Amino acid sequence: METLENQKQEFNITVYTENQIGLLSRIAIIFTRRKINIDSLNTSPSEIESIHRFNIVINESEEVVRKLTRQIEKQVEVLKVYYHTNDDVVWQELALYKMSTDVIAEKISVERLLRENGARAVVIRKDYTVFEATGHREETDNLIKILQPYGLIEFVRSARVAIIKQSDGFNRKLREFERLEPGEDVVENEYLNQGQKVFTM
Amino acid sequence: MEVAQQEIGAVAVQPATVPVTQVSGSVALLEALIVEGVDTIFGYPGGAIMPIYDALYDYKEKLNHILVRHEQGGIHAGQGYARTSGKVGVVFATSGPGATNLVTGLADAQIDSTPLVCITGQVFAHLLGTDAFQETDVINITTPVTKWNYQVTDANEIPEVIAKAFYIAKSGRPGPVLIDITKNAQIQKFDYQGYTPCKHIRSYRPKPIVRSQYIQQAAELINQAKKPFVLWGQGVILGSAEQEFKTFIEKSGIPAAWTILGAGAIPTDHELNVGMLGMHGNYGPNVLTNECDVLIAIGMRFDDRVTGRLDKYAKQAKVIHLDIDPAEIDKNVVSTVPVWGDCKETLPLLTQLVEAKQHTEWVNKFKEFADKEIEAVIFDELNPGDGEMTMGEVIKHLNDLTGGEAIIVSDVGQHQMVACRYARLNNTRSNVTSGGLGTMGFALPAAIGAKFGAQDRDVVAIIGDGGFQMTLQELGTIMQSGINVKIIILNNRFLGMVRQWQELFNERRYSFVDIQSPDFVTVAKGYGIAGKSIDDRANLSSSLKEMLEHNGSYLLEVMVRKENNVFPMVPQGCSVAEIRLK
Ligand SMILES: Cc1ncc(C[n+]2csc(CCOP(=O)(O)OP(=O)(O)O)c2C)c(N)n1
Repeated sequence: METLENQKQEFNITVYTENQIGLLSRIAIIFTRRKINIDSLNTSPSEIESIHRFNIVINESEEVVRKLTRQIEKQVEVLKVYYHTNDDVVWQELALYKMSTDVIAEKISVERLLRENGARAVVIRKDYTVFEATGHREETDNLIKILQPYGLIEFVRSARVAIIKQSDGFNRKLREFERLEPGEDVVENEYLNQGQKVFTM
Repeated sequence: MEVAQQEIGAVAVQPATVPVTQVSGSVALLEALIVEGVDTIFGYPGGAIMPIYDALYDYKEKLNHILVRHEQGGIHAGQGYARTSGKVGVVFATSGPGATNLVTGLADAQIDSTPLVCITGQVFAHLLGTDAFQETDVINITTPVTKWNYQVTDANEIPEVIAKAFYIAKSGRPGPVLIDITKNAQIQKFDYQGYTPCKHIRSYRPKPIVRSQYIQQAAELINQAKKPFVLWGQGVILGSAEQEFKTFIEKSGIPAAWTILGAGAIPTDHELNVGMLGMHGNYGPNVLTNECDVLIAIGMRFDDRVTGRLDKYAKQAKVIHLDIDPAEIDKNVVSTVPVWGDCKETLPLLTQLVEAKQHTEWVNKFKEFADKEIEAVIFDELNPGDGEMTMGEVIKHLNDLTGGEAIIVSDVGQHQMVACRYARLNNTRSNVTSGGLGTMGFALPAAIGAKFGAQDRDVVAIIGDGGFQMTLQELGTIMQSGINVKIIILNNRFLGMVRQWQELFNERRYSFVDIQSPDFVTVAKGYGIAGKSIDDRANLSSSLKEMLEHNGSYLLEVMVRKENNVFPMVPQGCSVAEIRLK
């Protein structure tokens, strides 16, 4: 029988890193080497200057995810890695939908559509209109289904961004984590906000 | 030129202690190497690294550069140097083909945790990405096989990047680092403010904090154990924890077995040293792995060549795993107590808490198995009555002559397993071999590096007829550098290890393992290296003696039995307890 540990499910991996060229490929290699597909990947600056945050979503067992996070954390420019199930994070994806303005004007009750799907119009031009919706995959998918019959022209969805529910910021969490997980003592955090002055590459 | 006080964080840093001068990136690199204590560089020049070689011309007195015959030879030499000296090996190569020739050595160093700093030349920065002559995307090619790599495009970066490179290569779990320097950065002059070695990188934690509760839990398990068993690996040597390790097993009285990279951390004939683990390891340590109640793994990573089938590996035992690399803990074998940390720090803490004991009965059990193994395998391997010579008897006679004092460098194949099994090692840093990657062609260049790393010791390379032909051009490096290494070719006229598998598992279908060789002695002679070939055991001991006493390098070819097998053996897919004696 499969234990929970071995059951595949969506995991959200959060990686705090230095802002360094080449790091994305170092991290990506850790997945490709094990033939693991990355379902979603987002990278952006974090709330701490000069530190970047990756959100990576994969569908794997916890055992595999745990090993992966340790490998990621081994990379020199990686400060910290966490992994969470969907229940443990608040997450969103952003979707944009491009429609013909004529079609919309003639055939859809735009108002209802927007209200029911939590969408909003970002651009309205003579020839096209762009709607935006944020939400979980099923929600943004749902709007595709609704718009498709009316000749959806273009659709794009962002990678997932996720906030860890019980976390209260990286600084504090890092310290907490340090006590439970291996790592040099938190002395290092004295450098944390000094960014480029300590680490100039 | 403005040299105002620089602010680093809140701390005001004094201006450079040396006068600020304009130097080229190349000179800054060489200055950095000198501060890092580098004395030997292995390398091969080319267009994209010419400015560095030009600068090196003025540093000939301070930096000994060894011109190898192939970049793969250069990096294996760097590995040999690092392994015997405990220092960082330094390798130079040019861009494109020069850099790609390093890849095998990088992969080898990465898996065997060998500290290296490789410097490759690169095309001018403005040509990057244009398929310029000899341009290769070295950073992306080497990313999976380096601990860290970085491309320098501006000379100003050089001091800091080199400082980081050395720090990363040698700290924590060591590994290879590659720095790719574009030609413009080598030439560019900048305000050189001196060189400060790196001691800290914000995002990098070389070793985990030692957690005392785990030390306590480990000690409790050890104190309660009836049949505790220690497995040690290269971590003990990399952490310079040989003495701490010896004290630990001597106080606790626990029998200990080694992985091939751990060999020599304590002397072969130490009474608690019960032998080699793994596929061609000793009988007792393999079988008894599945009988012990507490398994204490120290600085080893449970490679599949050591564990055999994982689902049948030491299932009865509580596992204590001491490792500096958190990613190794629970990777292959789930531990009961993980002892994160540098074993130089964790072992003394553990020794303090363990009771002084002797597990006489349990230790004797290893001896019983050893007797069985001697009777079934070892005696005949080391003392074959007549017929062709065996690899084992060559090692036995070598032991008699060196007294276990030599550094043994082995290549990959049957001779490697025989050398590791039978070589007597009295000292640490004496067994240099390609463990994790199993790179044929490793030994000849690694032996050259090993000798530079330990110039007052005898270095004996043991190589198969196949592997020797992979890097034999490095005889040229021996010739030119005048280095003194002894080379033994154990010639079985086969790619022996593959042939053994074909014999045992493929019904003797000897598919392309029959390899012809040149007259090795004549080849050596062509390089000005003395040597001889023997096929009669009557000459074995005297020839080995002649080799060892020869003033300078020497190649001894020993014709050995064609179809001899290395036993015991844990066949692939079997549990360690199913080890075959025949
Ligand atoms: C570069 C490389 N290619 C292929 C192999 C696969 N391989 C492992 S052992 C072996 C045979 C080695 O033959 P030889 O050098 O004659 O040594 P012997 O086993 O006969 O002692 C081969 C081909 C390898 N380990 N490395």
